[in-house]
Amino acid sequence: MALKSAMAVTGAILVLFLIAHMYGNLLVFGGREAFDDYSHHLRELGEPMLPHGGFLWIMRVVLLASVLVHAYAAVALWRRAARARPAGQRYAVRRSAQSPARRYATQTMRWGGIIIVLFVVYHLLHLTTNHIAPGGASNSPYERVVNGFSIWWVVLSYTVAVLVIGYHLWHGIWSALATLGANRASRERALRTISTAIATIITVGFLIPPFSVLFGLVS
Amino acid sequence: MNITLRVWRQRSSGDEGRMVTYQVEDVSPDMSFLEMLDVLNEKLTLAGEEPIAFDHDCREGICGACGVVIDGVAHGPETTTTCQLHMRSFDDGDTITVEPWRAKAFPVVKDLVVDRSSFDRIIQAGGYISAPTGSAPDAHATPVPKADADRAFDAATCIGCGACVAACPNASGMLFTAAKVTHLGSVPQGQPERDARVVQMLNQHDEEEFGGCTNIGECAAVCPKGIPLDTISQLNRDLLGSLATGSAE
Ligand code: HEM
Ligand code: FES
Repeated sequence: MALKSAMAVTGAILVLFLIAHMYGNLLVFGGREAFDDYSHHLRELGEPMLPHGGFLWIMRVVLLASVLVHAYAAVALWRRAARARPAGQRYAVRRSAQSPARRYATQTMRWGGIIIVLFVVYHLLHLTTNHIAPGGASNSPYERVVNGFSIWWVVLSYTVAVLVIGYHLWHGIWSALATLGANRASRERALRTISTAIATIITVGFLIPPFSVLFGLVS
Repeated sequence: MNITLRVWRQRSSGDEGRMVTYQVEDVSPDMSFLEMLDVLNEKLTLAGEEPIAFDHDCREGICGACGVVIDGVAHGPETTTTCQLHMRSFDDGDTITVEPWRAKAFPVVKDLVVDRSSFDRIIQAGGYISAPTGSAPDAHATPVPKADADRAFDAATCIGCGACVAACPNASGMLFTAAKVTHLGSVPQGQPERDARVVQMLNQHDEEEFGGCTNIGECAAVCPKGIPLDTISQLNRDLLGSLATGSAE
């Protein structure tokens, strides 16, 4: 229970980050200056109270801590589940009493989480440190985005990752709300709808910039 | 109807167990699933073989004794108990797979029979109220708002069959525990122990090595009594409340 509350709270922090990040990404439509300024401002935020890049580093520490706690709790729950129905006691036939889509979402939370972590590493090497620079390296975040997403397989890899995240959020947001005690019979549908809506908005919001670059709407 | 049955056979808790296939002929669609097993067992007995052991008692859906996983779903294709499932829910010529509840906390005793005393120990840990014994109190001595009474009754319909555990991908017993916490926590008589109850029952639940709940919802989808999923949120609210006030110790 402490584990689940920790997952819910850290998950919520990560969702808030995703929403802010999605907003930042959508600034590509403002053109090079708006996007690069935004990136620049992220580093100046809080100055002179904080040193240059200070806010960003606080964010990074909070995010990293959230990811670690989230993952630790997930692994603990995973191991408990494995112990609760050990290898010699699996069902020969297994069928869900729920819709296949929902079943898919709940059954991919763990592997999906691992894929997301691997994606984040790849993504940081790509757009933050630029160690991976498909389409050419650049000092301008805007150019990195445009260079990268002009290439179909970069867009494909991001698309897969964002869809995995969408599925993860679809069940994750609902589950966090239920864990924190928000569910009541009269509200269950509303909570499910809210999770579906947020997951869909984040998925679509993240997919728009890469595809806009790929199709030449942003260049 | 003619049915092919694949049934889990396991001589004792120490035995490894295996799937065995049987043909059952002349099954009437009006038979219950357990009656179909009775017919097979009579045949097996006459042939000098060991009949298939399965749990059952009332055969009217109120005791919670029966319960097997049928074609991968706890209690089979209808949302009811196995004893209330009828062969008309299947087709002539079907192959039906029958397995026991599968969880570390529900060890197999024999064939389809599992030991569910872990549920009893969860109840012993906190699923009670303190009340003076003696003559029964007047029914209206403690008024209970209608909505609370309804909620308590809904949760109290849990028959402890264990389908929630069987269906849960985590093998968690959270819906069962939540039903008891909600039932007793919804009425005035359950208030004195309310904070301690949720903590004690959950500790026992974890000690029995049930898995942790991740709000998947398979439990409520198969529950023959329709215990609502939001009882788990109520349990979480009670738990957060009791942790916040520190009264859990
Ligand atoms: C198509 C989708 C995405 C695009 C176009 C995108 C773009 C970017 C860009 C340009 C940066 C660098 C910003 C800068 O240096 O100022 C960045 C950083 C980052 N992104 Fe994304 N991103 C996407 C999806 C995601 C997703 C889904 C996640 C998380 C699961 C994520 C997590 C991060 C993180 C953690 C950083 C690093 C922040 C830092 O510490 O500097 N991104 N992203
Ligand atoms: S035998 Fe009693 S509920 Fe099925």
